[in-house]
Amino acid sequence: MSDIPAGIETLDFSFSGGRRVAAFAPVLVGVVGSGNLEVMLEAAAGDGCAVRVETSARGFGPIWQAVADDFFARHPIGGVRVSINDMGATPAVVSLRLDQAVAELPEGASA
Amino acid sequence: MISFAECSARERLALLLDARSFHEWIPPSERLTSPHLVQLGVPSAFDDGVAIGRAKLDGHEVFVAAQEGAFMGGGVGEVHGAKLVGMLQRALRDRPAAVLLLAESGGVRLHEANAGLIAVSEVMRAVLDVRAAGIPVVVLIGGANGCFGGMGIVARCADFIVMSDVGRLAMSGPEVIEASHGVEEYDSRDRALVWRTSGGKHRWLTGDCDALVEDDVQAFRAAAMAAIQRSCPVTLEGLEAEHALLETRLHLLPLETDGADAATWLWRELGIDQPERVPELDVGAVRTLRTA
Amino acid sequence: MNWNQLVTQLFGSYHGMRAAGDFLKGDVMFDGRPLTVVGTTNHAPIGVALALAQARVILDTIAQHPGRAILLLIDTQGQQLRRRDETLGINRAMAHLGMCIDLARRRGHPVIGLVYDQALSGGFITSGLIADGCYALPDAEIRVMRIPAMARVTKLSEEVLTALSQSNPVFAPGVGNYVAMGGVRALWEGDLAAALRDALAHTPVEDTRAQDGAERGGRKLAASVVQRVLAAA
Repeated sequence: MSDIPAGIETLDFSFSGGRRVAAFAPVLVGVVGSGNLEVMLEAAAGDGCAVRVETSARGFGPIWQAVADDFFARHPIGGVRVSINDMGATPAVVSLRLDQAVAELPEGASA
Repeated sequence: MISFAECSARERLALLLDARSFHEWIPPSERLTSPHLVQLGVPSAFDDGVAIGRAKLDGHEVFVAAQEGAFMGGGVGEVHGAKLVGMLQRALRDRPAAVLLLAESGGVRLHEANAGLIAVSEVMRAVLDVRAAGIPVVVLIGGANGCFGGMGIVARCADFIVMSDVGRLAMSGPEVIEASHGVEEYDSRDRALVWRTSGGKHRWLTGDCDALVEDDVQAFRAAAMAAIQRSCPVTLEGLEAEHALLETRLHLLPLETDGADAATWLWRELGIDQPERVPELDVGAVRTLRTA
Repeated sequence: MNWNQLVTQLFGSYHGMRAAGDFLKGDVMFDGRPLTVVGTTNHAPIGVALALAQARVILDTIAQHPGRAILLLIDTQGQQLRRRDETLGINRAMAHLGMCIDLARRRGHPVIGLVYDQALSGGFITSGLIADGCYALPDAEIRVMRIPAMARVTKLSEEVLTALSQSNPVFAPGVGNYVAMGGVRALWEGDLAAALRDALAHTPVEDTRAQDGAERGGRKLAASVVQRVLAAA
């Protein structure tokens, strides 16, 4: 089994206390290429902000936590589901894509 | 000018089609992803690397697919291929004015091997079905990854191909040929050689594409608008003419050119004046050179 | 088995077929009716010349023998990996061969493909995979690419790919996998002439491969994805 590559790592983060975003059509930014990622934002029930990361770059949990924390601090949004497919992007690129995704939310929707 | 090559597949759709006219089928939020990649530790894409749907082009209803070259090189896997087949089968049923395929692909997605190979063949059959039904299939090739492998065959099954000089259309990638027969056979790092062998200017001069445009989204849009006007069903007469053309061309290029560049040799044989200047000419100038 | 043994089993010792290098062609009688045979041997690399040679046979059959069945015999290592062929537009020549076969099908010629040794990649796309239906001998192999080249392109190691080729139907080259995935309709074993007879009588002209893959369990998603697209708003 050790000769088959290790699988995708899945990480989940959730945040509360954000301002609920008005209903919106799903937003997608980025592409899943080497050193890159795609970020999808979808409207979700409830007031929380749920972030799910699926990444081929395993073992960076604490860094993803920090990036997610920073993201929520910049954009304290609620009623949103954030889904990421990542292929080894740097924290800077991840943060950029998250910001780009939020920027595509309808006017007045984001914090 | 907006570079077609530098746009993502979705950006190309947004800019090339009539504004806000693209309606996607099985969008990313449906998460129809590859069942095969996860076991290899490779990330999936929510749309498995291809966006399909209906749209308007200059007011005409078209069905369209755009492959994302940055994801797995645009390679065709089981889901990706089935989305293309679904779009093509829907075209047979709903009869849009045309089908547009924004092709950027290495061909079969090797990570899905057998499933990808069968998928490409199903796409090929479906393209030929749509063509036979009199609905023009127009392929646009202008991405940095080019259109290779099984998709290079599929492209030539369509009614019409638009290429930019940046685009490439071929079968095997230069690296595979170099790995097989050595750097003297094909130096994959010689970009000028690669583009003389497979790039838009070469394919235009040999007639392997039907329109040559600059690397500009609006130029692709204009060429697509013209291309969807006409369908070219496959006929026995057409195939005989194609056969004669390919036979003639085969004999224009000797097996041994003693180090002379093969593409330049072929262009000279096709009657192109000062063929060695082709790579430095702009697209407009190259367009006027084609003799056939 | 080699092509001559195969053709002898199918059509008898006086089949009259010859190989010209890697190129096979012949007109044989089967069950009292003429049949065109065309294909390749020696694990032929398919370059522009060989694609055109096969296309010529198909075009002649369409023009001169309306409705005559065509049998494609497939043994290839895939497209020829030469810069000269790429310069000449081998993708166009292969598409041309594929379109000739496809036109024959649309004109009512039954077209049967048989992988009797190897089939790779582009060489298979323009032959067996564009026939009405493709069959295979049990020991035949079908691949997309040889493992060393695949390792270079995918960045997966040769060890990983070799292990996958043994354990994973998506990678394993055995034709049994292709049957399970719907790419090959069935294997021909035992009485090959009976298998050909059955194929000529029962191969559908529609592309049923995705449904076959779903029913047989080897390729579970493709057919349902197509249906979802057809049903989408």
